[in-house]
Amino acid sequence: MFTLTAENLGKRFGERKVFADISFELSTGDSLAITGPNGSGKSTLLMLLLGYHHATRGEVHFREEDLPMSESRIRACASLVSPYLNLYDHLTGEENLTFFATVAGGHVAGKRIDELLRMVGLEGRGVDMVGAYSSGMKQRLKYAAALLNDPAFLFLDEPTSNLDDRGKDIVASIVEEYRRKAIVIVATNEEGEVSFARQHCRLGQ
Amino acid sequence: MPANTAGLVSKAFAVFAKDIRLELRTKYAFNTIVMFGVTTLAIVSFSLGQSGLPTKLLAALFWIIMFFSATAALAQVFIREEEAGTALALKLTADPNAVYLGKLFFNLTLLSLLTAIITPLFFILTDAPTGSLGLFILMLLLGVVGLCGATTLVAAIISKAAVKGTLFAVLSFPILILPLTMLVTATDKALSGEPIGAIAAPVQGLIAYAVVMITASLLLFRFVWRE
Repeated sequence: MFTLTAENLGKRFGERKVFADISFELSTGDSLAITGPNGSGKSTLLMLLLGYHHATRGEVHFREEDLPMSESRIRACASLVSPYLNLYDHLTGEENLTFFATVAGGHVAGKRIDELLRMVGLEGRGVDMVGAYSSGMKQRLKYAAALLNDPAFLFLDEPTSNLDDRGKDIVASIVEEYRRKAIVIVATNEEGEVSFARQHCRLGQ
Repeated sequence: MPANTAGLVSKAFAVFAKDIRLELRTKYAFNTIVMFGVTTLAIVSFSLGQSGLPTKLLAALFWIIMFFSATAALAQVFIREEEAGTALALKLTADPNAVYLGKLFFNLTLLSLLTAIITPLFFILTDAPTGSLGLFILMLLLGVVGLCGATTLVAAIISKAAVKGTLFAVLSFPILILPLTMLVTATDKALSGEPIGAIAAPVQGLIAYAVVMITASLLLFRFVWRE
């Protein structure tokens, strides 16, 4: 059982307050949609939860079986799909997945990579350079990379951006699977994506 | 080898192998560093003539060329991660120590290749005396490790700045004055054919410098990388 707790989180950039007093507690099987107008801090909150922005106020706690998780354990258990996260254009899809699996400490077999590429609808395209992919194909590959370690925490920022209808269906099925066995947090402005999560946090109110 | 260390080594090697593969496909940093080094060496040698230059001047010119070649290309290893937007994916998945070591080994490889190209050209174009060749090669090894050990962390610091190239040279300069001075002194003596006893002090200083810089960089890198 994993838990993610946010306590009175606040963020300022200089004099500008982005958000304040954000609190929630999520356990495995919970899902949260973060919504709000442009500039309300949705992506900032995701990065803050992942530890890549410092909170001006408040604290974030990752726990596994009620014990605090180390930085390396959080890295091994958390995945992010975001428009700000790019994979390597000069590597093939398969080389990208193999690289990220290796640096994450896992030993992912070629069979698992084939399975992930098939899951995101990129079967047969794993040998192509990512630079030659369309924006939608790149988004699909990000999902394959995010699922390499079967994450216990799945963070999705604008989860269906650049995707066609089939891609959106694939994301919906991934979220459906992971919101049962992981903690899923979605930052979005799309009405259809809010329904990915059972709980709702609105910023900018 | 303990499991943690073995894991760190394999992750660092994965970062190194990925950067080598990207470099082989783009040749961006290699072309930059070789073009800069060869062009500078050619200009210097044609301007000063071929014979009769004091070894002190030759040693200084050699390491000035190495320093500016290093500042032209060694920062690319982090700058291209930031500019391509891949740094976030790397931060989310990789151990910072593995990233630092992988990038350090990549820079060591790049600067070693430059040294292998520049050194024979240096002797041909300047007619420098070979003196104690073994000691000269030792100076090259210590110089490459020292330059890379100090500049890899600086490269990570400046990768998000707006004026990357200038800032890299400005920040690298003060921390490289000391090893460059020792390298010039010891290289002068190596070219003059003096025995190893004459350069024992700078050799010890350069080894200590490399160990301190790499150890400090390993301790500090995670704070620079996460910001």
